[in-house]
Parts: sequence; C-alpha cells; structure tokens
Amino acid sequence: MSHSAETTAHGSVKSYLVGFVLSVILTGIPFWMVMSGHFGKSVLFYSVVSFAIVQIVVHLKYFLHLDFSVKGRMDTFAFLFTALIIVMVVGLSIWIIYSANAMMM
Amino acid sequence: MSLLGNLTLDAVPYHEPIIMVTLAVIGVIGLAIVGLITKYQKWGVLWHNWLTSVDHKRLGIMYIILALVMLIRGFSDAIMMRTQLAMATNGAAGYLPPEHYDQIFTAHGIIMIIFMAMPFMIGLMNIVLPLQIGARDVAFPFMNNLSFWLAAAGAVLINISLGLGEFAKTGWLAYPPLSEMSFSPGVGVDYYIWALQISGIGTLLTGVNFLATVFKMRAPGMKLMQMPIFTWACTWANILIVASFPILTAVLGLLTLDRYLDFHFFTNDGGGNAMMYINLFWAWGHPEVYILVLPAFGIFSEVISTFTGKRLFGYTSMVWASGAISILGFVVWLHHFFTMGSSADVNAFFGVMTMIIAIPTGVKLFNWLFTMYRGRLRITVPVLWTLGFMVTFSIGGMTGVLLAVPGADYVLHNSLFLVAHFHNTIIGGAVFGYMAGFAFWFPKATGFHLNERLGKYSFWCWQIGFYVAFMPLYVLGFLGMTRRLNHTNNPDWNIWLYIAALGAVIIFVGIVLQFVQLYVSIRDRKQNPDVDGDPWNGHTLEWSTASPPQFYNFAVLPKVHDIDAFTDMKEKGIEYQAPDEYMPIHMPRNTAAGMQIAGAAGIVGFALIWHIWWLAIVGSLGMVVALIARCYAKDVDYYVEPQEVAEIERAHLASVATVKEEAL
Repeated sequence: MSHSAETTAHGSVKSYLVGFVLSVILTGIPFWMVMSGHFGKSVLFYSVVSFAIVQIVVHLKYFLHLDFSVKGRMDTFAFLFTALIIVMVVGLSIWIIYSANAMMM
Repeated sequence: MSLLGNLTLDAVPYHEPIIMVTLAVIGVIGLAIVGLITKYQKWGVLWHNWLTSVDHKRLGIMYIILALVMLIRGFSDAIMMRTQLAMATNGAAGYLPPEHYDQIFTAHGIIMIIFMAMPFMIGLMNIVLPLQIGARDVAFPFMNNLSFWLAAAGAVLINISLGLGEFAKTGWLAYPPLSEMSFSPGVGVDYYIWALQISGIGTLLTGVNFLATVFKMRAPGMKLMQMPIFTWACTWANILIVASFPILTAVLGLLTLDRYLDFHFFTNDGGGNAMMYINLFWAWGHPEVYILVLPAFGIFSEVISTFTGKRLFGYTSMVWASGAISILGFVVWLHHFFTMGSSADVNAFFGVMTMIIAIPTGVKLFNWLFTMYRGRLRITVPVLWTLGFMVTFSIGGMTGVLLAVPGADYVLHNSLFLVAHFHNTIIGGAVFGYMAGFAFWFPKATGFHLNERLGKYSFWCWQIGFYVAFMPLYVLGFLGMTRRLNHTNNPDWNIWLYIAALGAVIIFVGIVLQFVQLYVSIRDRKQNPDVDGDPWNGHTLEWSTASPPQFYNFAVLPKVHDIDAFTDMKEKGIEYQAPDEYMPIHMPRNTAAGMQIAGAAGIVGFALIWHIWWLAIVGSLGMVVALIARCYAKDVDYYVEPQEVAEIERAHLASVATVKEEAL
C-alpha cells in the first residue's frame, strides 16, 4: 500500500541542545536545593514536584516534538487523551481502593 | 514431570454424555466440511483466496463467519441454561450438574462478548470502513490478517476446553479469590486467561490498525468531519480499544502471575487485594461495552439515513455524542461493583457519571427520530432491526439508569434484573445493530441479496423472543432471584422461568431462520444479484464500488467534497465516470505469516494451560522465528497493471449501464 510520507519534523541539533540544557538546569536546581539543606521540607517537596512537571513539558516539546501546529496537532491530542485516560483510571482507582480500605478500618 | 505436563487421558470428559455427543456432532460436521472441500477441490481456493488473504473485505467475511460459528456455540449454552432453569424448579436437580452448569454460564458470557460480538463488529468494520473512506486497504494489511488469526486462535482454545479438561467455573469475570489457584485448581481459568489474552492482543492490533487507517488513508479531500458516521463510530470504538485493552492484558497478566508463580496481587494473604482485580477488570470491561455498541450506533445511523433517503440529522452532534460517550465511558466503571463497599462519595460520583451518559445516548436517539421525520422510510430488514433497536434499547437504557442509583443497585445487584438489563442493551443495542449491518452490507460484500422475507421472519422471532425471554428476568430480579443459580426452590418464580425458556426457544427459531435465510440466499444467488453495487441508493463511497468490490477497491481514489460523498457525486452526475487513463495500483501480497504466528501463539497458550513447558518454549520460539521471517520477507507487494484495472472497470461500468437502461 502506498502510504503518505507525512511525518512531523524531528527537530534540529539546536532544538535538542536547548532541550538538553533546559533539562540539565531543571534537574540541577532541585538537586542543589536538596543538597544544600537550606530549605524546609514542604518547600522542597513543592519545588521538586514543580520543576519535575516543567521538565516533563520541556521533554515533550523538545524531544517528543509535541506542539499545536497543524501537522503536530494529532500527536499532541493523542498524547493529551492518553494522559487524560491515565489520570482518570489511575486517579479514580486510587480513590476507589483507598476509600474501600478506609471503610474496612 | 510428564512430557505432556498435566495433560492425561482423564482430561477428556467421557462421563459427560452431553459433551461427548456435542464433540461427536462437531467431529462429524468437521469431517463433512473437510470432505466437501476435498471433493470439490477447494483447498487451493480456501488457502490462497481466504486463509492467507490480507484483503480487508475477505478478512471481514472470515471474522463474521467466526462470529456466526461462535454464536451457535454461545446460544447452545444459553438455551441449555434456560432449559435447566425451567426444569430445575421446586427442588428438582435438572439435567446439568453444578460443575458443568458453572462452566456453561462462564463460557456463554465470554463467547458472546469476546468471540461473537467482537468478531462480528470487527468483521463489519473490516468490510466497510476502508471502503467508506475511499482507501484501498487498511494501513497494515498483514497485521489485519494477524489480528484475525489471533482472534481465531483464542476461539480455538476456548473450544478445545470443551473436550480437553474444563472451562472456568467462575463466571465470565473470573473474580478472585474464586479464580485463584486455591479455589480453582483446574485448567478452566487458564483456558479463560489464555483465550482472552491471545484474542485481546489481536483486538488491540486491530484498534491500532484502523486508527492509522482513518488518520492517514482517507481519500483526497475527506476531512475528519466528513468521514461517514459509521467510520466515526468505529473510530471512537478503536480509540477505546487502544486505551482500554492494555488494562485487560495487564490485569490478566497479574492473575497469571498469581496462578502460575504464587504472586499475591489478588489474594488476602501476602497483602493482596481482590478488589483491585474487580476494579481493573471493569476499567476495561465498561469501555468494552461501548466498543461493542458504538459501531452498532453507527450502523443504525447509516441505515436510517439511507432508507429515509435523507441526510443524517445532526451529523456533528452524532460525532461528538459518540466522543462524549467514549470519554464518559471511562469514568463509570465502578457502577459494576457499587456493593464492594467503597465510600458513599465514590458511589455517588460514579452513579451520577453513569446517569450523565444517558444524555449523549439520548441525543443519538433524537437524531435518528429527526432523520426519520418527514422522510420516506422504506421498511427493509435493516430498518426493522433499527426500529426494534430503538424501542428495545430505550428500555435497556432506562433500566440502566435505574441500576445507576447506588441505593437501588444494592437491592438489584447480582439479581436477574441485572442480567435482563445487560442483555437488553447488548442484544437490543449491539446485536441488533450487527444484524442490521449484516443485512445492509451483505449485497456489498457478496454481490447478491439476502432473502428479504426470511430476514423479516427472523427479525420478528428475535424481537418477540427477546421480550418473552428477558422481560420475565426483570420480574424475577424484583422477586429476589440471583444470577448463576443452578436450581431453584421457589414456586413464585416457576412461571417466569417457564416463560423465559419459551422466549429462548423463539429466539432459537429466529437464529435457525437466519441460517435458512443464508442458505436460501446463497442457493438463489443467481436470481438476486446486486449488479451495479448500489442496491439501496446509498450515500457513502462503499456503494460506488462493484459488489463484491474490486480487490483494489478503487481504480482511482475518489475526490471527496461532502459527508455523503456518493450522493454528492450522483448530484453532480459524476458517479460512474471512467478516467482517461488508469495508473498501476500498489497491492500487498498474501501471506501465511499471520497463521504461523497466531498458530504458534495458540500452541503457547495450550502448553501453558497444561504446564507443558517444553512446548511453550518451542511455541514461543516459533512465534519469534515466524515474525522475524516475515520482517525479512522481500516479496510482499506487487502492482496491478493499468490494463487489468481497465478491463475490470470496463466490465463494472458496463453492468452499471445495463441496470441504468433497465431502469429507464
């Protein structure tokens, strides 16, 4: 069968480098925060989680090339849908089983 | 440790006359088929044109044959259960001992859902979807063949359990702890696991395949929101397949680890939690029922708009209603186990979500009604199934909303009310839909018409039989009868059990009539040909091809400007235009690799069921080798020469012209 050779761009050296540097920075800062010992527990928790989430977005943009251009939109929607399903199934499962356990206590 | 693992001659149930007679009948029929094929020297045709075919239309037909064969098996189970329950009243034992009866209701559930409804739905999708979007095949034709054979391998395993060993006695859900080794030490649950696992992977591949097809291979000009409504419904179903079947694979994998390697995912000792199985199973199981019913909704939409001669009312709302059902279908699964004892908040959330699903479904019903409004409805067999569906499914939907109230569910859970409800939606929704689709697209797939009169008789038997068989179950549910009882001792229930058994007999007549219809139609095929390929004045591209369609589907890929692309062409007067010249058409070659890989997978399943470890290793190696061999196969495609295309097209256009002349 003839397939249309329509694929999304796979990025340039520059975009990979930008992604890499951003990732290093976003890993370095929380690493330093934990190692330095200057910060309280809750501050550390929220900062590490926030940096992690930002880094996920960086990976998606620079390494997985997800964007909202006409060509890339399909991949992005597929990703968002998958994320939605996982959040729903895992999140609700945790809620269900946790509540059931709590009722048994 | 024997060379055959746990498999001994004792595994054959000699002492069960019912099973032995069944096996004998299957053997005789099988031998008769082999004999007939040999007598008419059709082995070559069977091998080259069907078994190794990668043509989506032929695979679709094979899927539907698989579904019809399994319908016979599943219905035999059904009528045995109904007669048992009608006989085993007032303390009588009936004719089915509990350990056999348990296997029957488990097999009935699994066969009807996984090996009847799914292949039927996938078969119709195979035949129709690529034609509707103006594609020459699916995105991955070989994988399509592999998917079919994986489904067939699962079906073979489940049928082997009839004569070797036993099937699960757990109910079709195989809930632990009952399905764990300590309570089900036999091979039944293992048959269940591997049959489901192998066919489930086939289904997952199908989902991926058809998603790639609709996203990458639509005809030039066809936007997503111009895809025919059946294609859209299937696309939502495929999205659900891709999102939900991995959950089934995972949960069965965990149960396998529990049974084979003494893990404790679902056992209380070792800190496991049986509720997690129930939770994950239904996180697949609920989307699964939408996978079954959404394509049926698509079929009804096509049927209604075609036979009223109108454009479908509310196309956009129909697409998004399916989308809403698909997403909401993922947040309602707990309503299958309200009684597990999670918190009131959890139950309330899932109860409300379940009720909300009734809204997009209601949107669809109104769309069909408004399509019919002021249309000129031709009462054909597909339309009868559709009208029957609209009434029956509405009742099923309403009892569903009733069950969605957690308080009511606590009373009705596991009662026959529930059994009546889901048969009401699956038969009245999905099965009626497939029957409508079968009658609707039969001329397209085969090139001749089904006998209309027998089709109508069959429909009325199904329709009346359904009500006689299942409405009493609602009553029995209210009277307190639970499901999966082997015998009863309550005189109040008797009359309803008798009526339900009578209903099953009426449905039986309907099924027999359907097979008679098939026989008569095939016998009289010369008298009832579908010459021009457009028997119903269709709206979408599949009707622009010959019947059966040319093996390359479209000589020239059609340009699409409208949802009802074929109607659009007819209005412009360009529906049967020969192009100036034909181009070579790139086609995939047939391959036996799908059979090899799936056959090896079936052997692995069988070996694991009986703990024949060496055979499992050999089978796994066979799978890998066959897959690698296929990956390195060079001769996988060819070109159809323009000259051959031109001849086929000329013949088709000539037959179209004769029909047009006769019409004048």
